[in-house]
Amino acid sequence: MGAPLVLLLVLFLVYPVGQLLLLSVYGDNGFTLAPYRQLFASSVYLDVLLITLKISLATTLVCVVAGYPIAYLISVVGKERKATLLFWVLLSFWTSFLVRAFAWIVLLGRNGVINKLLISLGIISSPASLLYNFGSVLVGMVNALLPLAVLTMLSVMENIDRTLPRAAATLGARPGMAFWKIYFPLSLPGVTAAGIMVFVTAIGFFIVPALLGGRRETMITQLIIDQVQQTMNWGFAGAISVLLLVVVLVVFAAYDRLLGLSTMTGASAPRNAAPSRLSGPFTKAGDALLTLLGAISDRIILLLPSRRRDRNPDQAGMGLQAFVWTMLLIISAPTILMIPLSFGTGGLNWPPQGFTLHWYETVLNSPVWTQAMLRSLLVGIGTGLLAMLIGTPAAFLLVRSDIRGKAAWLAFILSPIVVPRMIIAVGLFYVFAQMGLVGSAVGLVLGHTVVAVPYVVMTMMAVLRNYDTRLDHAAQSLGAGPIATLRYVTFPILGAGMMSSFLFAFATSFDELTIALFATGGLNATLPKQFWDEVTLQVSPAIAAVSTCLFVFMGLLIFVAERLRRRAAAR
Amino acid sequence: MVSSSLRIHELCKRYGDFVALAPTSLDVAKGEFLTLLGPSGSGKTTMLSLIAGLAHPDEGRILIDDTDVTHSPAYARDIGVVFQNYALFPHMTIEDNIAFPLKMRKVADAEARRRTAEALETVHLPHVAKRYPRELSGGQQQRIALARCIVYRPAIILMDEPLGALDKKLRDQMQLEIKRIHRELGTTIVYVTHDQEEAMTMSDRICLMNAGAIEQLGTPQDLYFRPRSVFVADFLGESNLLSAIVRRVDGEGLDIVLTEQAAASRAVGNGSRFAAGEPIKVMVRPQNLVVAEAGGGQLSGRITDVMISGSLTRLYIAPETVGLPQLVAAHPTRSGSAPYEIGQRLSLGWHAADAVAIHDGGI
Repeated sequence: MGAPLVLLLVLFLVYPVGQLLLLSVYGDNGFTLAPYRQLFASSVYLDVLLITLKISLATTLVCVVAGYPIAYLISVVGKERKATLLFWVLLSFWTSFLVRAFAWIVLLGRNGVINKLLISLGIISSPASLLYNFGSVLVGMVNALLPLAVLTMLSVMENIDRTLPRAAATLGARPGMAFWKIYFPLSLPGVTAAGIMVFVTAIGFFIVPALLGGRRETMITQLIIDQVQQTMNWGFAGAISVLLLVVVLVVFAAYDRLLGLSTMTGASAPRNAAPSRLSGPFTKAGDALLTLLGAISDRIILLLPSRRRDRNPDQAGMGLQAFVWTMLLIISAPTILMIPLSFGTGGLNWPPQGFTLHWYETVLNSPVWTQAMLRSLLVGIGTGLLAMLIGTPAAFLLVRSDIRGKAAWLAFILSPIVVPRMIIAVGLFYVFAQMGLVGSAVGLVLGHTVVAVPYVVMTMMAVLRNYDTRLDHAAQSLGAGPIATLRYVTFPILGAGMMSSFLFAFATSFDELTIALFATGGLNATLPKQFWDEVTLQVSPAIAAVSTCLFVFMGLLIFVAERLRRRAAAR
Repeated sequence: MVSSSLRIHELCKRYGDFVALAPTSLDVAKGEFLTLLGPSGSGKTTMLSLIAGLAHPDEGRILIDDTDVTHSPAYARDIGVVFQNYALFPHMTIEDNIAFPLKMRKVADAEARRRTAEALETVHLPHVAKRYPRELSGGQQQRIALARCIVYRPAIILMDEPLGALDKKLRDQMQLEIKRIHRELGTTIVYVTHDQEEAMTMSDRICLMNAGAIEQLGTPQDLYFRPRSVFVADFLGESNLLSAIVRRVDGEGLDIVLTEQAAASRAVGNGSRFAAGEPIKVMVRPQNLVVAEAGGGQLSGRITDVMISGSLTRLYIAPETVGLPQLVAAHPTRSGSAPYEIGQRLSLGWHAADAVAIHDGGI
């Protein structure tokens, strides 16, 4: 059942990436190390690597620290407020990276909201240049990856038993101590998983540094794009890819040594294994640190007015709520501010002036845009279907049967997430060129399926783990054959899970730029590619109109997906 | 050993319009084992959370040894809680779990180690110190939860359905264990359960709750033999309830007329005041319903079902008098006695001392 998936990954992941890596040591004149000599000849490329690591590390830190309180609040509030909070996180998560980055260009521009606000408050007298520096890149990166950090941590926090901190309180632990000694260690797997997901994604980013950064914020993936698009230097692109891949693999290896990779796939690591890996003085030091943090927190709480201290333990603090809503506002507001600008006659300057549908007409009357929309829808649906068709049987196989080397298979299936997208994209471009698939919808669907299928497998595995197989046995004992069992019992119950993994694959493809960047162009372009071409050329209100359309479309999609999920849960 | 008294005065908790606990007062003596018994939603867990400081009351006061702790946070109350799901910390070894409350109280390391070992001895599990909670069975986890609670010698221990997740045999064993520990330590214990048998076997006193208020408070014998309401009679053990009207009250005894069969009879009061002419219920416990061959007795009926549950044989009987509910009689199972047959006709009777009058609240 897993054969189609293995075939897909071998043909469109292993082979292309292998080709690319091979190109770095095998030129027209046989074996060569020339690309590597070029790479280390000057400090230029190493500097880019350092900058990449610096930006990624800073992004990771901010995302984890700011995301923790958000995930915490979502995990403790009541059902209805949870749905509201989650909606805003999901909306941001699903809004295209491009749309969000573009929104920040407008927001931070010379005539953008922030400059206008600062001037009207009298803090500055003339517009400050807020764009194209480390700060603007960091803001954009955090905006892009904060939702991912929140959702990753949330999945762990939701499984923490709420009575444990309460038990700690009855045993004499003050709130600070109960948090740092009990809740925090239990949430740590979520924190590290979020950290590595954000870090690895950040390393492979190029949209944000390209749109919001200056020359000094060039990241390593941008070098690869340059090599392929401008100089067609495959060997050198391959060498940079190897460098990038090595960095990512080192990070993963370190993570695995420390915590075990299995914590990432949802199956929690054996509890007794974790401490033994971090045994000895390390644990002692960590324990002492947590005790210290607890004691300090409790001192601080004691300084608060006593009325605040004695508040109902069931209620989240006002400070926490204010922080979370501020963060959600910061990550959602830029995109929402696009909406009035897209209807304005005053260009992208704040405040918006007048009302016009001109920009929407421009977009709809332009064949490049309409073609791109159609193309994206088509490729998205194709990807969703293909990923489901290939991923679901593999998930069944991994959950239901006892194949040997399950962990290795899982690692292989998840490898499209681990390998930086840029490397896959360049490799596919090279292979597609040989096969004549460049610019074709088929090539795009195949490429997108490679990167979407791990999400389908993970979602379906989670769904299947929660599925009670006794229902199948019951159906069979009642006289249903294997096909009838699937049709009348298994699929109807798994329907919601399948729908959500289809939507996940669709959305992944719909927002995919890296593969589309090389494999499409002109009238073949997908929506993100067309967006990218336009936005790197000029920043126009027409793009604000497209952003608004995309934003509304994604909002509707989440709303529908959520309704489906709830209906399934209510059954 | 340390032990404290607990006084609850007009304690009240509402969630929106829902009254989880109506204003309630309750005194628990030093060293007493008191059980809060009641169906789910009766307010017993709310009461426990309020005492522990895990929820805040809307009104009323809580005093421990005459000190007002109503507004003290949970960590400052010196109360131990054994949670329903044990709430052992999964990331700590058993040893660290038990030592946790001692650490929070800044007990010196050597002393903490000694007391942890001692607590493990008390629950007969000294060999599991280095393990993690999920490596233990449910019964063992239960004992560790108990050890973690007694190790810091809290003045009062609260237990929230601590045996709910265990199977019957283990539950019986743990009941004895908890009783033993209570005897040895002399701690005041407030115990929550919905299992009336558990409440009867373990408690000094039972506080039966219903719909957010106390229905009756007393010794197990009080509640069982002198229920104040039909609800109590029904909740604790099986009971046969017959309608009657009071004719005359003389001291503890009452002359009554059984309504359905219009027969004069005698009953004893349940401690409350009755007035002549008042409609009441008369409760006869199954083991006090005397069964004989047809003829004589106060009632007659036919057997509809026979159930032998080990030591007891239960007979379900449909009375011949119209309007009477199905009755149940129970007596020790004897081997070799003539078997009962379904449809067999019997006479039923009882001693006046076993017929208890209860105000008719109507159910």
